Amino acid sequence: MTKSLIYSISFHALMICLTILSLPFMTRQPIDLPPIVSVELIQISDKTNIPYAPKARKIIEKAKKEEERVVSEQAPPAAKAKEKPDRIPLPNDKKEEKKIVKKKQNPEEVKPQIRQSSEFEKKEIIDTNQIAALIDKAKEQQAVKKENNKKLTQSSVKNSFATGLTLSQEDALRAQIFGCWSVPLGLPYEDNLLVRIKLKLKKDGTVLKSEILDHERMNRPGQKFYKILAESALRAIRMCQPLKVPPTGYEKWKDLQLNFNPTEMLKG
Amino acid sequence: MKKIIIIFLLFFFKNGIANSLIEIDITRGNLDPLPIAVSPLHVEPGSQDYEDIKIKELGGEISAIIEKNFKNTGLFNPLKKDAFVQKPDIAHMKPRFEDWRLIKAQALVTGKILVKDNKLKVEFRLWDLAASKEIMALAFTTTPSNWRRVAHIISDKIYERLTGEDGYFDTRIIYVAESGPKDQRVKKLAIMDQDGANTKYLTLGNELVLTPRFNPANQLVTYLSYFRNLPRVYLLDIETGVQEVVGNFPGMTFAPRFSPDGKKIIMSFAKDGNSDIYTMDIETRLVEKITEHSSIDTSPSYSPDGKYICFNSDRSGLQQIYVMKSDGTDVKRITFGDGLYGTPVWSPRGDLIAFTKVRKGKFYIGVMRSDGSGERLLTENFYQEAPSWSPNGRVLIFYRETKSGSKGEGFSAKLWSIDITGYNERKISTETDASDPSWSSLLSK
Repeated sequence: MTKSLIYSISFHALMICLTILSLPFMTRQPIDLPPIVSVELIQISDKTNIPYAPKARKIIEKAKKEEERVVSEQAPPAAKAKEKPDRIPLPNDKKEEKKIVKKKQNPEEVKPQIRQSSEFEKKEIIDTNQIAALIDKAKEQQAVKKENNKKLTQSSVKNSFATGLTLSQEDALRAQIFGCWSVPLGLPYEDNLLVRIKLKLKKDGTVLKSEILDHERMNRPGQKFYKILAESALRAIRMCQPLKVPPTGYEKWKDLQLNFNPTEMLKG
Repeated sequence: MKKIIIIFLLFFFKNGIANSLIEIDITRGNLDPLPIAVSPLHVEPGSQDYEDIKIKELGGEISAIIEKNFKNTGLFNPLKKDAFVQKPDIAHMKPRFEDWRLIKAQALVTGKILVKDNKLKVEFRLWDLAASKEIMALAFTTTPSNWRRVAHIISDKIYERLTGEDGYFDTRIIYVAESGPKDQRVKKLAIMDQDGANTKYLTLGNELVLTPRFNPANQLVTYLSYFRNLPRVYLLDIETGVQEVVGNFPGMTFAPRFSPDGKKIIMSFAKDGNSDIYTMDIETRLVEKITEHSSIDTSPSYSPDGKYICFNSDRSGLQQIYVMKSDGTDVKRITFGDGLYGTPVWSPRGDLIAFTKVRKGKFYIGVMRSDGSGERLLTENFYQEAPSWSPNGRVLIFYRETKSGSKGEGFSAKLWSIDITGYNERKISTETDASDPSWSSLLSK
């Protein structure tokens, strides 16, 4: 009787210890978060001021003047973000919009513009979601990942909390693959074209195994665009080898899933 | 005791899963054109010369046409041949993938040709260099004089395999070739390959010709010609050269276009300062009036399913674009922006309508969705109009007039093409000045 009691107590104690040690928020290192958020946000919001139309700039300046009283660092970018979707449907602003479209004739001019604006939006979303994530973790876990861009970025935030890579490590890897991926430009952008690829990596970042998660879709009739996209994604991974992975924590990133979604680019 | 161990193991196992997969979202890539290597086609020994075609040079010439086609799309970047390390015949058997990857190519085209018994046999392979495998292989047999078309067909097949869209290289363009001063302009119907080669003149230039349009189903052309100072719509069979007047209208007919099945011609008929839209069945010659309005309705164009027609009309006071059902009911105005809208053309894909817009003295070529939303102006100039779609709905061809002298005297008209993205504007070289282009459907389909 006493023997089994001792067994029971010692195992329970062990279980409690292990539970405490393995809970995600216990192993998290909060050091990762603050520097990343501050530095990247400031740089990008500065750049995105440049391509704005004069009319928009006036509004922003007006908004800034009003902000001076409040003294807040985050408010100006939020105001700009609201500006953008509002500007498109307004009939009075159509002239502005057309000017931007015309510039497309010259690819060199347009590329940086597109990149900057999308970068801007993305960082915005990450920022607000991170705050939301800190406040409410339960909500975050419910976030289902879909092809929607906002939701995508949300899920990547979730990853940095729950798993191995820090945001900057993840960004480095993402930037590397951005460079390798030649997006097939003929794709229709209305379609659901999300290609999910699961990778098994070696310690040096070379790919041991790659697997397309919706593989059966590739050979279905009427899915030729999906096939083209999946092939381009696989090509990007192969071209990028070895992937820029952190030198430590192999166990955490040896299995990696990449979600290729060109919707944002094709629309831009 | 066993139970405890099992629980223990389960605990660890579950913990392992919960801590697992990192997901990274890749939402951007580079927009640079895909680097592709087109190796010259290997000419097999034993090939005989055919008429005036130099077979030994044919391999290089076919690959040059493929390269030019790819470069013009703006989606591919054909690499320079100086950097190629493998000989064409060996590369066609089995390329050394590492060597080709070294020059940063992502895809490779190889092939061989054989001319024997007055037959040209062309074989080609497409290789995915990153995956180190062959992704396509095809062979064609034809008469040697068709070698340019073979090059275009190969380009179409590769384009389709790498982009998922149909190609548009094995096509022709009909246009109005112009020469002489502006007040005494001679206008002839001319036809050429999509890349500007093989120009042929179909009329002599005695009468004025305008707005030629291809039948999407075959090699018939409809156009407007002045005969005894009366403008009439004509029908011309390119293969036979037979020409005839369309319908027996007591007045001027203009702005003709075929229906998507090629069985009807839709056009405008003007009488007493009012013009309405009519259709005529080519076989039965049955004429039907589609619009009934006191304003000027013109430039009709069918949707690819044949259910709707877009046209421009000044019934609101200014020239705007309207869409109606193909029987003329349910007319809806779709453009409300400032400026004048004209020459609407429905895309072969069905999703977009291309148009010319005039605002504050400038001419724009643009596209919008078929409900009028999402207007995008692709190019702006002093004078340009008459967009026509490539058969895959990705490229527009139109003509642009520019002043040739520094003081604005003299002018020249040339054909231009532009992507629906607004990138990749290109001038198409023609022997003479050119206007009113119309793109045929794929010849090999």
